[in-house]
Amino acid sequence: MSKSVLKIENATMQFGGVVAVDNLNLEINEGEIVALIGPNGAGKTTAFNVTTGVYQPTNGAVWFCGEKVIENHPQGKMKKLYKGEHDGEYTHVLAPTPDKITKMGMARTFQNIRLWKSQTVFDNVLIAKHCRATSNVFSATFRLNRKEEARQRQEVLELLEVVGLADVKDELATSLPYGKQRRLEIARALAAEPKLLLLDEPAAGMNPQETDELTAFIGEIRDKFHLTIFLIEHHMNLVMNISDRIYVLDFGKLIAEGTPTEIQNNKRVIDAYLGVAEDA
Amino acid sequence: MQELFPYLLNGVSVGGQYALIAIGYTLVYGILRLINFAHGDVFMVAGLVMVYSTTSMPIYLAIPLVLVATVALGFTIERVAYKPLRTAPRMSVMISAIGVSYLIQNLAFYITGGVPQPVSNPIPWISDNVVLFGASTKRVTLITPFLTIFLVIALVYLINNTKIGMAMRAAAKDFETAQLMGIKINSVISMTFVIGSFLAAVGSMLYFTNYPSVAITSGGMPGLKAFVAAVFGGIGSIPGAVVGAFIIGLCEEIIKGLGYTTFSDAFTFALLIVVLCVKPTGLFGEKVTDKV
Amino acid sequence: MTMKKKKTIFTAVVLAILLAACIVVDMTLPTYHIAVTVIKKATVYALVAVSMNLLNGFTGLFSLGQAGFMLLGAYAYGVLTIPVAKKASVYQYFDGGAIPFSVPEIFAGFLGETVGTVVGMLFCLLIGGLLAALMAYLIGLPVLRLKSDYLAIATLGFAEILRAFFQWNALGPITNGSNLLKSYPTFGKATPYVLLAGLMIAVILLLINSTYGRAFKAIRDDEVAAEAMGINLAKHKRMAFIISSFFAGIGGGMMAMYMGTIAAAPFKSSLTYEILLIVVIGGIGSITGSVLASFLYIFSSEWLLRGLDSGTFLGINAPDIFKNGFRMAVFSVIIMVIVLFFRKGIMGDKELPDLIDPKYRRKKRKEAAGK
Repeated sequence: MSKSVLKIENATMQFGGVVAVDNLNLEINEGEIVALIGPNGAGKTTAFNVTTGVYQPTNGAVWFCGEKVIENHPQGKMKKLYKGEHDGEYTHVLAPTPDKITKMGMARTFQNIRLWKSQTVFDNVLIAKHCRATSNVFSATFRLNRKEEARQRQEVLELLEVVGLADVKDELATSLPYGKQRRLEIARALAAEPKLLLLDEPAAGMNPQETDELTAFIGEIRDKFHLTIFLIEHHMNLVMNISDRIYVLDFGKLIAEGTPTEIQNNKRVIDAYLGVAEDA
Repeated sequence: MQELFPYLLNGVSVGGQYALIAIGYTLVYGILRLINFAHGDVFMVAGLVMVYSTTSMPIYLAIPLVLVATVALGFTIERVAYKPLRTAPRMSVMISAIGVSYLIQNLAFYITGGVPQPVSNPIPWISDNVVLFGASTKRVTLITPFLTIFLVIALVYLINNTKIGMAMRAAAKDFETAQLMGIKINSVISMTFVIGSFLAAVGSMLYFTNYPSVAITSGGMPGLKAFVAAVFGGIGSIPGAVVGAFIIGLCEEIIKGLGYTTFSDAFTFALLIVVLCVKPTGLFGEKVTDKV
Repeated sequence: MTMKKKKTIFTAVVLAILLAACIVVDMTLPTYHIAVTVIKKATVYALVAVSMNLLNGFTGLFSLGQAGFMLLGAYAYGVLTIPVAKKASVYQYFDGGAIPFSVPEIFAGFLGETVGTVVGMLFCLLIGGLLAALMAYLIGLPVLRLKSDYLAIATLGFAEILRAFFQWNALGPITNGSNLLKSYPTFGKATPYVLLAGLMIAVILLLINSTYGRAFKAIRDDEVAAEAMGINLAKHKRMAFIISSFFAGIGGGMMAMYMGTIAAAPFKSSLTYEILLIVVIGGIGSITGSVLASFLYIFSSEWLLRGLDSGTFLGINAPDIFKNGFRMAVFSVIIMVIVLFFRKGIMGDKELPDLIDPKYRRKKRKEAAGK
């Protein structure tokens, strides 16, 4: 069995009285492409935000490459409000900010594209390399880091070549067509040199042809950069084509997990998506 | 205690005057999310108009003139300097507000020649001296808190029970949705500036009665302090602004009473920073969460 | 020749011409001439405007504390450089003050009179900058967590608190309370100001174009994305705040040199506003814009539009209209027009060398055609 890259353990995310993610457990192994699917509002993006440190889970833990990186338990007024399970099992608080998580080797894209608007394509990717720079502010200002800077620029050029954006590298990021902006966001995430890539609806707003291209692209980068990929997606074609395994969320709860074929035939999943016929 | 009593009296009075200015800040911030840096200068202009009008016309004409002129100024500022920037980033609007403040001060400098305009008994009856529990003070000091509370109650009634008040509350809750629901957002915003300026004019007349002169920079400090009061009380909340203003007014006068006049201004800002860091939503503010 | 090289040469030529012009001014005109005054004041303003732009324009932190940091720099410079012989008269109400030495004199002791004094002066400027940076670090701990306008008002508040402290009588032996600090050494000629400010601005430019500068811009454009891409928000915001304040502190020290006397009064929030407006006129996010705007602003307010205040302007004599204050009134109207209708300022977010870049010009034409 291969190595576990990401393990979400009994994670519950509660906003006041609303349980957005309820006792989520999932595990992703090295080299896998795993999809998280579910109807709108099922808590998929919240699960992503918990994983990447944007939100602190109310209870539970997240493991990355065998190391516990996030942990929390209900505190303050949450103690009373807490509705999830496994209360009392977690006693530590481990809450790194998103940048620390990224440095550990996770990088993500956003559901609604969040590129740096005033920057060129090249700079968007180059900035993501900042977290891998070893120079301090003095050496960077006085150009004592020439070597590193040159190497990073070279790496960015190569990366843009791979993702097919080299010809538009000096354009403003926002002047790119939509599909390319999505691609640029992925390239930016790759520049942070992640082991695990999290894609939040990478095919949102794409037509079938663009979706097919993206599907192929995701497979390519996985092989090329030896990545593990965790993605949220609504385009079932894409999900069924590239996922090794799929987790299904509904109302914050995990209702199914398995290979694409298993999920396609799972009754609970079908019910969640289509609704249960009342009188059947 | 006996020595502090006049300071306490003053504190309540100054607090009332700050409250009248603070409401202008809080109303505008509630809807536009804008610190109206020019509000303190509007307050200063009201003081100047009072000085000029009370020396050249009877009091029953002078007071309405101050109110009308100040309201007109507030209304014009909004239309000229803020309305064109409705869709611009917040920083641009704030810069515009600072620009307006700069403009008003410089225009006032030009008109007054940079000389502080002496205030000499502008409104006869209220600046008479009275003695209360052995402390001598002007009548305005006693009137201010009551007038303030009366105006605040009237304003709260207006906001809770009239159509325009409802529109203001809607706009404060959600600017865009209110617009989509057919609320004429521009007239609502104008209305908040009108109300804010009106109250600032009243506050200004009361405030400057207690001072020997109106200088072009006279609006800056009271304006900033009133803003701090609004933040302290929870920006967007009218009762909050009033409570905050009274607390600040009192603290400031107590500090003066204890002999640390240099720090009475600094204290206000220290309070602001503590509030912002400990409870950024203020005493009565609503919690807002950012969405990722 | 590559575009980059062309730009470098262009920049070098422009800078050389400017420096030569300044030296010529210094050699031909007396130090009290208005041209010298304008250059000195404008370079100081340019440095402070650029430091503010680094924070407000490049990092997207709307801070209004600049005057406070300048105050620190100015006082540090004055307090440390007043000659020992002059202490008694300057600190006449405080028994000659609490600081029994003068840094330039110490340096003069082992470096010789001229060199030592200059080195000492520069050293004190540096101390002023470091003091401002240290204060920024302390202030930043609580306030940098605040969002946009709250940050603005909190930094403004801190500047006011600082001002109150420096006027406090208990600190009088150091700050001279509410009395003036004076008699300290200054540069009379304009060239030292230009060289100093130019050097500082060059350092800021280098920073902005480094990997850290790019990270600042990422924070400005989208904080959430920046954090998700591994940029530590707290650390980088603090860094930008400290660096900006450091240069504001140095700017304050230079302001003290230029003014000849130091009091807390000129470092009011209106000074911050003035500098903010210069940044806006020049273009938020453009260093050359800030520099150009400083010179334009100081040149017109101190020299070109003087007549507006003193009766005669462009040959028209109308003392009733052109009286004291008219100049600033006209000025603020112009500023409002820029703020409302030319929001990008003179330069937008471009730098001067970009103007010779055909790519940029093409884009400009495209934009114009698009309209």
